[in-house]
Amino acid sequence: MMSGLRGVTKRIKAIKFALLSPDEIRRMSATKIITADTYDDDGFPIDMGLMDSHLGVIEPGLRCKTCGGKVDDCPGHFGHIDLAMPVIHVGHVKELKKLLQATCRRCGRLLLTKQQAEEFRVEMEAMEETGGGDADFQVVTKETAREATKRQRCPHCGEEQQKITLDKPTTFRENGHKLTPKEVRERLERIPNEDLRVLGFNPDVARPEWMILTALLVPPVTVRPSITLESGDRSEDDLTHKLVDVLRINQRLRENRDAGAPQLIVEDLWELLQYHVTTYFDNQTSGIPPARHRSGRPLKTLVQRLKGKEGRFRSNLSGKRVNFSARTVISPDPVLSINEVGVPVEAARELTVPIHVQSYNHDIVKEWVKRGPTPAAPVGEFYIPGVNYVIRSDGRRIRVTDKNAEAVSETVEIGYVVERQLVDGDIVLFNRQPSLHRMSMMAHEVRVMPHKTFRFNLAVCPPYNADFDGDEMNLHVLQSEEARAEARVLMRVQEHILSPRFGGPVIGGIHDHITGAFLLTYKDAKFSKEETAYILSKIGIRDLPPPGVKKGGLEYWTGKQVFSMILPKDLSLTFKSSIAPKGEHSLRELREEDALVVIKNGEVSSGTIDENAVGAFKGKILDKIARDYGPDAAREFIDKATKLAIGAIMVRGFTTGIDDEDIPEEAKKQIADVLKKAVADVEALVEAYKRGELEQMPGRSLEETLEVDAMKTLGRARDTAGQIAGKHLGMENSAVIMARSGARGSMLNLSQMAGSIGQQAVRGERLSRGYWNRTLPHFRKGDLGAEAKGFVRSSYKSGLHPTEYFFHAMGGREGLVDTAVRTSRSGYMQRRLINALEDLKVKEDGTVRNTADTIIQFRFGEDGVDPSRSVQGKPVDVDDILQEILGEEPSWQERLKEQDMASYGLTEKDMAPEISDEEVEVEEEEPTTEE
Amino acid sequence: MKFNVLQHRLVPEHRLLEDDEAQRVLAGLRITSDQLPKIKKTDPVIHVLEQIHGPIEEGRIIKITRISETAGISEAYRLVVGR
Repeated sequence: MMSGLRGVTKRIKAIKFALLSPDEIRRMSATKIITADTYDDDGFPIDMGLMDSHLGVIEPGLRCKTCGGKVDDCPGHFGHIDLAMPVIHVGHVKELKKLLQATCRRCGRLLLTKQQAEEFRVEMEAMEETGGGDADFQVVTKETAREATKRQRCPHCGEEQQKITLDKPTTFRENGHKLTPKEVRERLERIPNEDLRVLGFNPDVARPEWMILTALLVPPVTVRPSITLESGDRSEDDLTHKLVDVLRINQRLRENRDAGAPQLIVEDLWELLQYHVTTYFDNQTSGIPPARHRSGRPLKTLVQRLKGKEGRFRSNLSGKRVNFSARTVISPDPVLSINEVGVPVEAARELTVPIHVQSYNHDIVKEWVKRGPTPAAPVGEFYIPGVNYVIRSDGRRIRVTDKNAEAVSETVEIGYVVERQLVDGDIVLFNRQPSLHRMSMMAHEVRVMPHKTFRFNLAVCPPYNADFDGDEMNLHVLQSEEARAEARVLMRVQEHILSPRFGGPVIGGIHDHITGAFLLTYKDAKFSKEETAYILSKIGIRDLPPPGVKKGGLEYWTGKQVFSMILPKDLSLTFKSSIAPKGEHSLRELREEDALVVIKNGEVSSGTIDENAVGAFKGKILDKIARDYGPDAAREFIDKATKLAIGAIMVRGFTTGIDDEDIPEEAKKQIADVLKKAVADVEALVEAYKRGELEQMPGRSLEETLEVDAMKTLGRARDTAGQIAGKHLGMENSAVIMARSGARGSMLNLSQMAGSIGQQAVRGERLSRGYWNRTLPHFRKGDLGAEAKGFVRSSYKSGLHPTEYFFHAMGGREGLVDTAVRTSRSGYMQRRLINALEDLKVKEDGTVRNTADTIIQFRFGEDGVDPSRSVQGKPVDVDDILQEILGEEPSWQERLKEQDMASYGLTEKDMAPEISDEEVEVEEEEPTTEE
Repeated sequence: MKFNVLQHRLVPEHRLLEDDEAQRVLAGLRITSDQLPKIKKTDPVIHVLEQIHGPIEEGRIIKITRISETAGISEAYRLVVGR
């Protein structure tokens, strides 16, 4: 496999396509096919039948009659069918039409004067000199043809030209009269060679009359193997079925023609033959019904084998099935490091790493082989690696079994390759589809584990966009030293903490990590000796630091103190917590909420650690550590921070339920009043509108003004209801902790549960469709009030009225449809983008070039900055450097304002690719877009 | 000419390079001229430049100076081609 041509590289300069001449078809044919039968009664192929043994072998044991090879040696040979009458090749109808229109119907010359033809010829020659591309040539030839088609009279013989039309798919008409393929062929034969060159044909390899078939090439049997079913019945390939049809009709046509049957019958048969040959090439030709199998399933013919997602190109050439890979369900394991992956024993025993036997490892490898493929683990362990195959120096593979292990191990010599099962520390690639960005495939270190799922740290969910509701992921074992080294340097998880998409961390705490960090550090949270010891034991710290607080004779450690233990000793940072209230606030206000994080020399002196500190996408501390202390330090920090947080949440305990949204009767009444007033306000607006007293907004009609005002009023009402509810939900409330710290949910979600769900909308407008002039029969026709147009006054907690429920479903449906449409559209967009960009790369000189070495961009991104090493897209963070060098505290207020600007628009929603798992069937063609 | 496209605010500065200057650019990038991005002779910008410099034949190089969101100012070059 690897011998012979290894090291010799050749570059394909060009690929030229040409037409097969009937002569060539007959020359390359191993046998003529005349009978539609395949096998005789004894099950042997019939001579000159479709399964003729000259066409290759598909059954083991038999030999090919053409080359004498056995199943794997013989590549198969073509045969041919002589067609009784010529038929048109569907794949070429466009060219045929062009040629018929551009040439004279009598003399076959190009319909251009000598002078004109010469001009085009000169232009083409000039292009050849300057090295024009294929596309450039096509432009010229197209123009030549267009110019020639315009002419009504032949400049050479003076013949009046008729109008040629194409009746799809394969019928040519001249002034409405049918042209038989035979006539078409005769015309094409008359076109002289020199005229063809200007039209973009090379007549040496592609005479146009060859596009009308007189002989049909029959593919080797290896291309269309028949399958023997268990019952002993033979089942033929679709192509064979189609060829049988062609042969049958061909036979009948020949008999009828030779017997001098009426013209009508011959023509009908001729057309039938055309149909069969057409569907043999492409069974989805528009304008004709697809040929079907007896069961009603359309046949898969030549074009269908190549085209589309399941076609040869996309599924066998661009993409391939691979060995040394595994796929199973994923589940979380918070004790694993972020760059590890738990691999089930069953998978580890199948997946192997090739080990080259050298003098330094000869003995140990022999020992491995001796263990066989399923070695029993010593006491205290559950897995030790075995060996599945030994590959000798001559390339022979020997399967190691429990029986032959000992014997095989004795034969192992230097130069052998031994396929060893996975062990802890092996580097593998881990991937989840859809692989939308480079973080969808990262290198992890193996940890062989019991049970049947792949396991990994929860902090790595965001880059893969994974959850554990049944997601499956793929794992690939690298097979060469080079690949492993590359993966280790470029693909390991820690190398991807900073995303090239926005220059911030994509890996970091989620959900409970953030809640835990909040509980650990909010205000003056403190922990007893036992609690502190428990939390710190999670990160392997056994010696307690001196206690931070002493109270009532007891020693306490503050959460901020505990968290500071994992920070680098020289880290200084200031930022706003996620719990900080929105809008501008004075530093004092922020301090009161404990929302201003100040870290100096690795000590958290104030502020709450939450999503803005350690969260994926937003974690400022994460960002800083990854940037300044390197990927390995960042990996360690994420491991420890998440473990601390989990320790804290376990010590404190954390739960949420619908009673978290309980609010006092008093508040409920207030909310009801607000909503009632809002509804009344809308009613008043409607009245004003009806009386014509509504003041029109600039650029809007009266109706639009009403809608906008109503939406505004109702939106405000919902917010007010939320605020009233919010007043009674304090920071001790679990749901509020999650929402404010950024762990899960939002304050809007809470206000919809406790206060009011609010106005439902479709396409950004109040609901209006359904019945004639009303949404539901529960309302009067033309009612424009709040309740009639989709305002949901109730809360999730109180429950919805039937009409409200229906409105809510309408609004919800839009969301679902939107996501479905977005995924298919963005998937197709991504595909086109990647196809256009896949072979571009940044060269050593900083230019971006394609494979032809032409420049696409003179400097990558115009500034040459790697976005994953940038600070929120900027090459350097000047303030940061100033602070580091001058040791100066920049004005906090200023700093915070800048951070707000930098993170403008960066919400988790923007960042997490909102692509769901559903594989969306996307065809090559442009999907039809609305409007 | 009805309209000078170079005066539009979305069209960056285009400048025709003298031959010696063009040679220096190519030498600096260590490329041959066919490796440059192309601009058609029929491009409106070329028409404008032809008003200034007279006819511009194929093979000349245009320098484009853009205001860049990432780099401030960025420079690019294009080879004039036919059609």
